[in-house]
Amino acid sequence: MPIAKPAAADFYKKLGAAKLLKIHALMVRARLLEERFIKMSKGGDGFFWIGGPGEEAFNVPLGLQVKKGHGVNFDFLHLHYRSAAIVLAMGAPPIDALRQMRSVATDPYSKGRNFVNHYAIPELNVVPISPTIETQYATSIGTGIAQARAQTDAITIVNGGDAGTAEGDFHSCLVWANRPALPLPILIVVVNNGYGISTTVGTQHGERNISDWAKVFPDMPGKTINGNDVAESWAALEEAFAYIRKNRKPYLLEARCSRLYGHSSSSGANRISEADCVALLEKAMADRGLASAADFKKTWGREAQALDAAHQQVKTEPFPAVETIWEDVFADGLPPSYPTKGGS
Amino acid sequence: MANMAQAIRMALHYGERNLGVTEIFGEDVGPPLGGVFTATQGLEKAWNSPLDERGIIGAALGLAWAGGRPVAEIQFVDYIFNVIDMLKLAANSHWGSGGRYKTPMVVMTPTGSGIHGSMYHSHSFDSMATKLHGMKVVCPSTPIDAYGLMIAAIKSDDPVLFLKPKALLRAKGEELIPGEPADEKLLHGMIDAPLGDRAKWKAKWPKLTDYTVEIGKAKIAQAGTDATVVTHGRMAPICLDVARRFAAEGRGAVEVLDLRSLIPYDWEAIKDSVKKTGRVVFINEETEITNFAEHLIRRLVDECFYELKVRPRLLAGKAVPGIGLSPNLEYFTQPQTKDVERAISELLADPA
Repeated sequence: MPIAKPAAADFYKKLGAAKLLKIHALMVRARLLEERFIKMSKGGDGFFWIGGPGEEAFNVPLGLQVKKGHGVNFDFLHLHYRSAAIVLAMGAPPIDALRQMRSVATDPYSKGRNFVNHYAIPELNVVPISPTIETQYATSIGTGIAQARAQTDAITIVNGGDAGTAEGDFHSCLVWANRPALPLPILIVVVNNGYGISTTVGTQHGERNISDWAKVFPDMPGKTINGNDVAESWAALEEAFAYIRKNRKPYLLEARCSRLYGHSSSSGANRISEADCVALLEKAMADRGLASAADFKKTWGREAQALDAAHQQVKTEPFPAVETIWEDVFADGLPPSYPTKGGS
Repeated sequence: MANMAQAIRMALHYGERNLGVTEIFGEDVGPPLGGVFTATQGLEKAWNSPLDERGIIGAALGLAWAGGRPVAEIQFVDYIFNVIDMLKLAANSHWGSGGRYKTPMVVMTPTGSGIHGSMYHSHSFDSMATKLHGMKVVCPSTPIDAYGLMIAAIKSDDPVLFLKPKALLRAKGEELIPGEPADEKLLHGMIDAPLGDRAKWKAKWPKLTDYTVEIGKAKIAQAGTDATVVTHGRMAPICLDVARRFAAEGRGAVEVLDLRSLIPYDWEAIKDSVKKTGRVVFINEETEITNFAEHLIRRLVDECFYELKVRPRLLAGKAVPGIGLSPNLEYFTQPQTKDVERAISELLADPA
């Protein structure tokens, strides 16, 4: 039996074997990377882990449809800590994320200062990811304004979780994106994995769908999709991107996804029995004769080997020197008389 | 002479014309009001936002990351408490991103007491602001400094919190702003919005020029050799008046150091003055507990212990949950002229 819905099933064939194999490889890369982080966290080769294994079927198609580049003429991304598959799909190398996990000096995203999966990539318009919940929905307003002013088809994408939609910042984003004075070209994404840490969404949220918040705004489409399905995700994202690029108005998209290793290392990071989107994709492709088990095995092996090599490299790299805490406090450097003793 | 609100307005106009400021926004910042204290009247890039402080700071952050130099306003600093984590985000993004993302944004907000503002229009945020490490914090006490500090804030690649002492926004200065017409009425006719229908009104701006007050540089408002007063914002003109009176009456030569910048602060200026006088009182309208000046006092004790002739002192607000509306309550809670006089007198009289 095909796993995907009938409407989405056609879209697998439309996407074709080559693109699906590319998506599959990126999903495998993201999954292996997250699982490596978990092992590193448990093995003392890093500290806290938080990430997005289970969201690859939605996040990889998202990353592949981004208009990549730097500045207002390219898409801006306000992501959160479950977004590794998005940045990998945009071309970010796994080794840099490993560097952040091990908090070594070569970590390009934070110089060993921040948790893993907290990216900051100006060349890709990925703005700094913060551990704070939902503030990215507030900051997305700003890049949205800049792009609404510019003559461009570029848009802003903001991504967060279901539990965080209770925060005011989510609603700030909805209100500002729909201001009659200046509607904003923002793809407002909520990945609904059904939990806020240990609290189930059903006990705290009475909304039928989070995307129903779109209904109060006359010009904002809203949609809820199965984010575990690559074809459905790709099609929904394609529609949303096209709508925003053309109409310069917001779109609210809720993707329901699995959370395969719980909230974070704080909750044990053990595998949970939920639908696995990589396995679902492999079955959908195999059922359609688009790829074989041998193809998948080859991809898993190749990605695992590359990850091993990257991890070994990172283990040779130094930790940051203590004096580096004084770097980047201010953009123009530390004033000579700034207090640096930490007391008397 | 221009008042502080006019000075800020002129600096913002200079910024929108010459320094790449493309967005000046906040609650009631755009027409028709142009700000509750009129500091944004007539500006080309000023617009009204939703009544949403978190959205305002979030928008400024995004605009800065997109390459802009936004100026956002929180209407009163009393409303800033629900955006502290957004300000923290602004302050830590450069450091947290390993220096990859600069955040050139200005957040301006009226601060302090002095307008009978009761519990939620009289707060000071100065000390809390100094804990947002990575953010620069400035607070002028004169129109010319407000003009120069705003231009410096706009030019800065760091986030700058621009604290506007609300009690001084209508106060006139003693120095002309570069380009300001000497005739006050002429300036008023050029840049102050008329009462009533303003739909067709446009400001006629004087030919303004660059004037930058370097962030991190204090000003000796009055030189002296007998004692040092370190102050800023609303308390600075009060301290200056008292010091001038003391000098005129032969009661002592009091040096008044107007910090102007709280972060980074001008440690060299403080140290030099204290080494000269050996006596110092810090005067501000923040509350007593964990007052920013307590840090400066501790550092003075560490680094200038043997230069101090007497114990360093603090004159600050009373540590109560709010500032009461009744004038009796406000005047007792916040330092007033008589309190400044007493503090300086006691400092001068303290046996070495």
